[in-house]
Amino acid sequence: MNIEHYIVLSVALFCIGIVGVLTRRNAIIIFMCIELMLNAANLLLVAFSKMHYAAAEAGKAATAGIDGQLFVFFIMVVAAAEVSVGLAIIVMMYRNVHSVDVNFLNRLKH
Amino acid sequence: MKNIIDLAWLVPLFPLIGFLVNGLFRRQLTKPLTAIVGSGAVLASFVVSVLIFFAVKNGQTGTVTLFPFINVGELSVPFAFQIDQLSSLFLLIITGVGFLIHVYSAAYMNSEEPPHYARYFSYLNLFVFAMLLLVMGANFVILFIGWEGVGLCSYLLIGYWFRNTEYNNAARKAFIMNRIGDVAFLLAIFWMIYKLGTVTFTTADQKGVLDLVAQATGQLTTADITGITLLLFIGATGKSAQIPLYTWLPDAMAGPTPVSALIHAATMVTAGIYMIARSNILYTLAPVTQGIVAAIGLATAILAATIALKQNDIKKVLAYSTVSQLGYMFLGLGVGAFTGAVFHVMTHAFFKALLFLGAGSVIHAMHHEQDIRRMGGLKRYLPVTHITFLLACIAIAGIPPFSGFFSKDEILAAAYARNPVYYWLGAATALLTAFYMFRLYATTFLGSFRGTEDQRHHLHESPALMTIPLVLLAVLSVAGGWVGIPEVLMPDAHALEKFLAPIFAESAARTTPHAIDHQTEYLLMSITVVGAAIAIFVAAARYRKNPELHEATGFGKILANKWYVDELYNFIIVRPLNWLSRFLANFIERDVIDWLVNGMGKAVQYTSRQVRLLQSGQVGSYVLLMVLSILILVAVQFFVKK
Repeated sequence: MNIEHYIVLSVALFCIGIVGVLTRRNAIIIFMCIELMLNAANLLLVAFSKMHYAAAEAGKAATAGIDGQLFVFFIMVVAAAEVSVGLAIIVMMYRNVHSVDVNFLNRLKH
Repeated sequence: MKNIIDLAWLVPLFPLIGFLVNGLFRRQLTKPLTAIVGSGAVLASFVVSVLIFFAVKNGQTGTVTLFPFINVGELSVPFAFQIDQLSSLFLLIITGVGFLIHVYSAAYMNSEEPPHYARYFSYLNLFVFAMLLLVMGANFVILFIGWEGVGLCSYLLIGYWFRNTEYNNAARKAFIMNRIGDVAFLLAIFWMIYKLGTVTFTTADQKGVLDLVAQATGQLTTADITGITLLLFIGATGKSAQIPLYTWLPDAMAGPTPVSALIHAATMVTAGIYMIARSNILYTLAPVTQGIVAAIGLATAILAATIALKQNDIKKVLAYSTVSQLGYMFLGLGVGAFTGAVFHVMTHAFFKALLFLGAGSVIHAMHHEQDIRRMGGLKRYLPVTHITFLLACIAIAGIPPFSGFFSKDEILAAAYARNPVYYWLGAATALLTAFYMFRLYATTFLGSFRGTEDQRHHLHESPALMTIPLVLLAVLSVAGGWVGIPEVLMPDAHALEKFLAPIFAESAARTTPHAIDHQTEYLLMSITVVGAAIAIFVAAARYRKNPELHEATGFGKILANKWYVDELYNFIIVRPLNWLSRFLANFIERDVIDWLVNGMGKAVQYTSRQVRLLQSGQVGSYVLLMVLSILILVAVQFFVKK
């Protein structure tokens, strides 16, 4: 498969994520959209890594690292940690105000 | 000890120690102890100075380098003392007259509280220290340190009675006037450093300022020399009270009388003459400046002499007389009679110190009365003061064989040789001098007593500590001139000229002496002497019978008000300056600078209030802004950078 397909897919995923974050008010859905954006980046990293690896195999490039794929693991680990913290915050929020609407909690402005 | 002049550093050290001891332990020391420390320090300096003087007389001169002082790049200024004929002579005058005045002060200031008494003596010692630095310094920087030091001490001592606002104002006036001159002096030093890279007077390998100038190495053009000498002269007009910066000296009489004798008559005010005599070669090579020096000196001499005619404060008369005599000295410097000027410094130190101390004795006896209109007939009550004061008056009037005659004659003869107009104006001033001195003498000591009954009851001769210095100074005033008897009266008798010849050798080699024949010189001498004698006679006869008791009118009123020079300065300098200060304080400060500063604060507050609205608390809008900003950044990266 050509690299362009991956790029288009990940850009589409990323844009869906952004639009979701911008438009939705439900904290959990915003959260899911952020995950979507993260994974769009992950997809791109893996795709490029594979592309370079293939190029090196064909003798067109000098080096062929797997750094990109390693990065993806790191991002997944960090994302998992973030999810646990974020969900905990959302749970606490619901307990306090019985709502997960992000616009409801705007009292810090005053 | 191979060379006595290597001990020169002892001379300023003693007064410095005296200053520290008296200054730091002023609450512990008793009054007699304070006086002993203060006077003893100066006496020790005097002893060393005498030893040095005789060593110099035997031909030992040189520079004593203590330690490097400023070393920056090419410039090297050592802390060094120059011991030669000129400085050793000044050492004798300063420490000798200074010692007598210290002794006198011990009695004169006896009514002061012990801490203030010690403060007085410590200031006096500090002054002697600074003055010694001034005359011993081997370069213009050390000279300048002393120059500033004496200015500071002058300020401290004029304002010694600091509870009196008027005295403080006089002190500030003296300080500010001196500062104006000092700036010019400093500029002259920078000019020398810029052009020559040195400020040392003279060195063994002929690389000092005066050496380089004398060799005409071409580093200095005539314009440079004229500029430097003019700036130095402006410095001298401040310190030595010449037009236009002379007005501080009469006000400086606010200080205790011995201070007036030491600082404002005998020593500090002659610093300018010393400095010009030291750099005589520069002045010889700058005829324009010499002309200005002579003109200013003469103008000051006449102006101050006319003012002195109508003053009624005993110290003010002497103050204007000092200004006038300093003018004489500058006239001497201006016409190239450097020896004559230094000679007049010396004799003037004797008789003017004596006059001031005599005035102090009178003031002491009269319980701080200084107005001569309320004195009169003191001859009977103060015999020693009277006799010594009379001798000093004769000396300053220029009657032979008193000291003033010889030095004044030498300057006038040189002035005649340069330009007869100088002579006639100088001779006229000599007449005025004789007149106002004997007006002062006759009003104070002759006639009948005009003070209150209470004052008459307390009239007494001063204690021995005060009269002994008077007598010693009287001897010097009478005999001090005999070291400089002119060629025409006694061949080969001018010891001072021979002594100082090495200092002025370079200048002498460059000037063709306008020798005036003996007939003319006799004539000039007799004109001044007869004129002075007539003036003395007229003044004494007139004022012993009917002294001026009323305020002067007409032209006399102008003189009594000092030609309104203070008022003029007030009008053209002080008032505009005050107005400018008020303008700066009230308008520039309040309406411009404050407005700007407050405006900045207000602008920040206003914009913050507006920008705060963006912070809506809506998470969505924050994220939207974030995304938009990132898009803009990417777009900038994409389109602009390429």
